[in-house]
Amino acid sequence: MSRSRTERLVNLVICLLSTRRFLTAAQIAATVPGYEHDPRDPRDHEAFQRKFERDKAELRDLGVPLEIGTASIFDSEPGYRIARGEYALPDIHLEPDEAAAVGIAARTWQHAGLAAAASSALTKLRAAGIDVDPHATLGVEPVVRVDPAFEPLTGAVRDRQAVTFDYRTPEDDQPKTRKLQPWGVVCWRGRWYVVGHDLGRDAPRCFRLSRVVGAVRRAGSPGAYEPPEVDLISYVARWSGPPERTREATVLVRKGRATGIRRYADRVVAGEDGDRVVLKYADAERLAGWLVGYGADLVVEDPPEVRDFVVKRLHEIAAAHPGAAAPGDRVIAAAHGGRSDRS
Amino acid sequence: MSGSTDRLSRLLNLVPYLLARPGIAVAEAAADLGVTERQLRDDLELLWVCGLPGYGPGDLIDMALDGDRVTITYDAGIDRPLRLTRDEALALVVALRLLAETPGVGHRDAIERALAKIESAAGEEASPPVAVRLPGNRDRLAGLRGAVERAHAVRLTYYTAARDETTDRVVDPMRVLVVGDRAYLEAWCRRAEAVRLFRVDRIDAFDELDEPAAPPPDAQPTDVSEGLFHATPDQPLVTLRVSRGARWITEYYPCEEVRAEPGQHWLVSLRASDLSWARRLVLGLGPEVTVVGPPELIEAVGAEARTALSAYEEQVPC
Repeated sequence: MSRSRTERLVNLVICLLSTRRFLTAAQIAATVPGYEHDPRDPRDHEAFQRKFERDKAELRDLGVPLEIGTASIFDSEPGYRIARGEYALPDIHLEPDEAAAVGIAARTWQHAGLAAAASSALTKLRAAGIDVDPHATLGVEPVVRVDPAFEPLTGAVRDRQAVTFDYRTPEDDQPKTRKLQPWGVVCWRGRWYVVGHDLGRDAPRCFRLSRVVGAVRRAGSPGAYEPPEVDLISYVARWSGPPERTREATVLVRKGRATGIRRYADRVVAGEDGDRVVLKYADAERLAGWLVGYGADLVVEDPPEVRDFVVKRLHEIAAAHPGAAAPGDRVIAAAHGGRSDRS
Repeated sequence: MSGSTDRLSRLLNLVPYLLARPGIAVAEAAADLGVTERQLRDDLELLWVCGLPGYGPGDLIDMALDGDRVTITYDAGIDRPLRLTRDEALALVVALRLLAETPGVGHRDAIERALAKIESAAGEEASPPVAVRLPGNRDRLAGLRGAVERAHAVRLTYYTAARDETTDRVVDPMRVLVVGDRAYLEAWCRRAEAVRLFRVDRIDAFDELDEPAAPPPDAQPTDVSEGLFHATPDQPLVTLRVSRGARWITEYYPCEEVRAEPGQHWLVSLRASDLSWARRLVLGLGPEVTVVGPPELIEAVGAEARTALSAYEEQVPC
């Protein structure tokens, strides 16, 4: 933008803020420096109109609330003004510790989208007379990343407008197109989700933002639905929360081994042949998978359902990873000499 | 937003900014607003000729420049900044909610008060449809933050998953970070003689010592802008054939390469900090995963499985 255009736009804002009456384009042209033209010359007049349209669009982009109305009942031509109450940031006073919190909040976006919006918000607060200490700290710094789908989805929620997007979980070979009336966006355990009414399934669903592939597109008209009053966080938590661990398994662990298992022990009973570690669990197959990770460091004693899963998995793994020598030899070698990687 | 729109919004903010700070030094204002002094002087010069001429002497924006200090004497009606846009309100409100939710954060009441005031100033743009919940052990984080603030060394009992062992060490705390769903203590580790990030959920115990924290002056905080962990070429590259049920590992671990094979399998390459860690990973994933390479890992996984099986075969239940 040229210097003269910037100057003209500042003048346009001053003009439209200072008037209570709606001013027509002709009245504005007569007042604001930079709009001088000959209204009787069609080409000159047309050039002015184009210029004025561009300037109005520029102000709207900036968030300046332009009002359109007519100056009087005798006047059919549209007039313009800026409502001061709508234009100005309301009075806001922040205590020094509050201002510090706002400064830190703006900094959390440093590695993410919304960084530009946060910094221009901060400039407006400074313009409102608030001093923000750029070096304040709270001792614990959140580092926030948002997925590209965050902004289009929050926008769609506000406009109450359905969206479609391609969604791919690791289990899918191809993304699937979903159509959703979004209710809200949730950050739960550091991951971002959108919750809403899935129009394809005709049921509430939540989606992980990192799994949205490509652009989020608006579908249908704005204001098409009203999100229900639900606790979005408990919604996401219900879908991805840990199950309750009510069952117990007993595992014989070699002395000094499988530290990762011992850290989750409900209790440990030391014995001659090793330590008996009691673990709480919800799903036998999941527990078995975790235990198998520790290989020969442990033996499942109880219950049989866990033990059987472990033995079955070990057989499958052994078959998929044949040793160089005969299987029998490997067992002996590994049991007595082949453990140097642990010591 | 284009550069030109930036300038317009800067000018509209500049008048109320200066109005609130009569006699401010140009250099100080420039630093505060994130522009060069020269740019700011250029902006002032432009504003100087703005206003509505022809109505009287007070119509143009007027200011007094006294050496390096500036005072607005007539604001031509731009005495307040523009209200916050939707995105600006979203950025501040969501970030304040995240801060308020961050486990162990200090000055929580100041954050809550600031949030209420920003929400009220942002008016109808104030309630972004965004809810936030961050996990974490609040007491432990508050304790670690205290040690950072008091600049005391800390003795940690720390579980190292790569080696499946718990060790004691003394560290000089630098800061506490919350990244995604995990909290970390960043500290100078006296044992490793390097800056380390310690996962707070793997700190099994800690003791704040009386001695001061003294990270060496050249201890640099980790650059977290591109993620926390950067694989290095000296770490062994592990290639796995992964079936549908274990594809989630590609979302969980940073991978060097993921290639779909015909059928349901993916060929996944990742750097392992340690081959024994990779062996535990592969064993834990069970039949969903087969090692493609390196050969030592194929060997180690198979041998470990056979050794484990022999224990069950010895004591066959009656």
